[in-house]
Amino acid sequence: MASMATAGKPAVKTAGLRDRLRPYRAVLASRARSQRAYRTSFALDLGSSMLVGVVELAEVWVIFSNVSALGGMRFNQILLVFGLADLAFSLADLSFGHLDTLPDYLRAGTLDAFYLRPQPILLQLITSDVSLRRLARAAVGAAALGVGVATSGVAWDPRTAALLALGLVSGYATFAGLFVWAAGLQFFLVDGAEMTNSFVYGGRYAATQPASVWSRPLKLVFGFFFPMAFTAYLPAVTMLGLPGPQWLPAWLGWCAPAAAVWSWAMGLLCWRWGVRHYQGGGG
Amino acid sequence: MSAIIEADGLTREFRIRDGKRRRVLTAVDGLTVSIQPAEAVGYIGANGAGKSTTIKMLTGILVPTAGRVLTCGLRPVQDRRRLARQVGVVFGQRSQLWWDLPVRESFRILAAIHALTTAEENDRTAELVEQLELGGFLSVPVRQLSLGQRMRAEVAAALLHSPRLVILDEPTIGLDVLSKQRLREFLVGERRMHGTTLLLTTHDMGDVERLCDRILVIDHGRLAYDGDLPGLSRTVGAERVLVVDLAEPTPDLTGLDGARHLSSEGGGLRQRLAFDAEQTTAAKVLAAVSDKAEVLDLTVEEPDIEDVVRRLYAAGR
Repeated sequence: MASMATAGKPAVKTAGLRDRLRPYRAVLASRARSQRAYRTSFALDLGSSMLVGVVELAEVWVIFSNVSALGGMRFNQILLVFGLADLAFSLADLSFGHLDTLPDYLRAGTLDAFYLRPQPILLQLITSDVSLRRLARAAVGAAALGVGVATSGVAWDPRTAALLALGLVSGYATFAGLFVWAAGLQFFLVDGAEMTNSFVYGGRYAATQPASVWSRPLKLVFGFFFPMAFTAYLPAVTMLGLPGPQWLPAWLGWCAPAAAVWSWAMGLLCWRWGVRHYQGGGG
Repeated sequence: MSAIIEADGLTREFRIRDGKRRRVLTAVDGLTVSIQPAEAVGYIGANGAGKSTTIKMLTGILVPTAGRVLTCGLRPVQDRRRLARQVGVVFGQRSQLWWDLPVRESFRILAAIHALTTAEENDRTAELVEQLELGGFLSVPVRQLSLGQRMRAEVAAALLHSPRLVILDEPTIGLDVLSKQRLREFLVGERRMHGTTLLLTTHDMGDVERLCDRILVIDHGRLAYDGDLPGLSRTVGAERVLVVDLAEPTPDLTGLDGARHLSSEGGGLRQRLAFDAEQTTAAKVLAAVSDKAEVLDLTVEEPDIEDVVRRLYAAGR
């Protein structure tokens, strides 16, 4: 970063950036190539991934075949929440999700290899793979979001567009920070994936629901500590002009970026702490 | 010329939980050593003596508990990324290649990681492919390689960016005699051509004899010996052991010329005799044994590293 600030002409800056991105591009391009190499298998991966997304969406629909409103929201409005959360999570999962392979590296002792390369370890891990099949999940989320926006009765104006963009970008960043957070904790926990999955995937599930139905402890955990309510529910409430539930006033929808900053701050803190704690991969 | 590795009081402790009690294990204890460019150093010691821990501190993987170290003039933890451009590390038992990618593809990615220009990449790859004889399996995925092939590919991968310092952790473990030989020849050539500094840990005396001109022995985290191989042999007495299987139970073969009786099994059917290779030969000892009993079979045991270290430790008391 320091060299960016002191770099001279813009042309020099872009050449420097391109060189700096070359290692990550090389790894990602080869991962993507190998996933698409077997067309049938890739198509199956995409298909099964989409099926999972559709099933989760169907779950919401099943609930609404019994009630007309949940937590003060109609089905179409819930679709907006579900779509926002699911799209943001799927995109974060696509680009940061394989951080959850860290326990494998730790167990096998192969994390050492990352220390021996001249790039930051977190960046290397993030770009060590990309799961293209997760694009299918993102497509389900995008479709739900599209239907939600079109039918939930939001006013289609710049304010809504701004909230939508703010919500999506912040939600993506919040979930991405959550993946980093979980990865940092792996350095301390034996079989830590079990524990961290509970707040990563539990968090994703919570994010697709209206926070108004949560109990108080749940509001504390997923409203503030892991700020899941900020990824979809609160921006949607603000967009729809609904009153927020207790502790979560509607204007908080504008504070989605603060949740992203918090998530990354905790993520990077845990990561730094974990890397210093690392004891090297065995023998 | 300034040292390529300069360790001063380097120490690493691990807090481990032993049942309910917590205790502190000192893996490396006040290591002070200086290695000059273009040296070839064998770093030997028993399992758990602290070899891997030292290597991890030299390369910035582990933070030392106490002491200081400079590798290539850099602080390993703080300057890890700059150091990575000057050091190549081979872990014998852990692959640094991409398991599912062809060898050639792994090299291409590593060239990008180390920011080699196309010309540098092509020249160096061609050189390594020729010298390590990788041509036959460049397009084979790493997971399908034999151990010998994989080790050669690992070595090439670690040396692709022409590091000044190459650290090899058990590079010949599990390799057959021919593969070992090839790898040693390559390393000797690489050092001669490029002035590369070699630091290798090994359990194989052959590696030390053929590759190293200086030996460091570490025992319980402390430097127990620093010098050349003849000096080490003089210190501990490089005795070999002749094991003979005899036709019938025989009393212990004591008092043979130049050989010392160590032990007997099966009521004297198998006996172990130590002799100094500089004083006598296996043939002479065998002849002396044959005078007293009929020999059915025999093996000669080389002094192994664990044994050398044990004696060194005993001699120091």
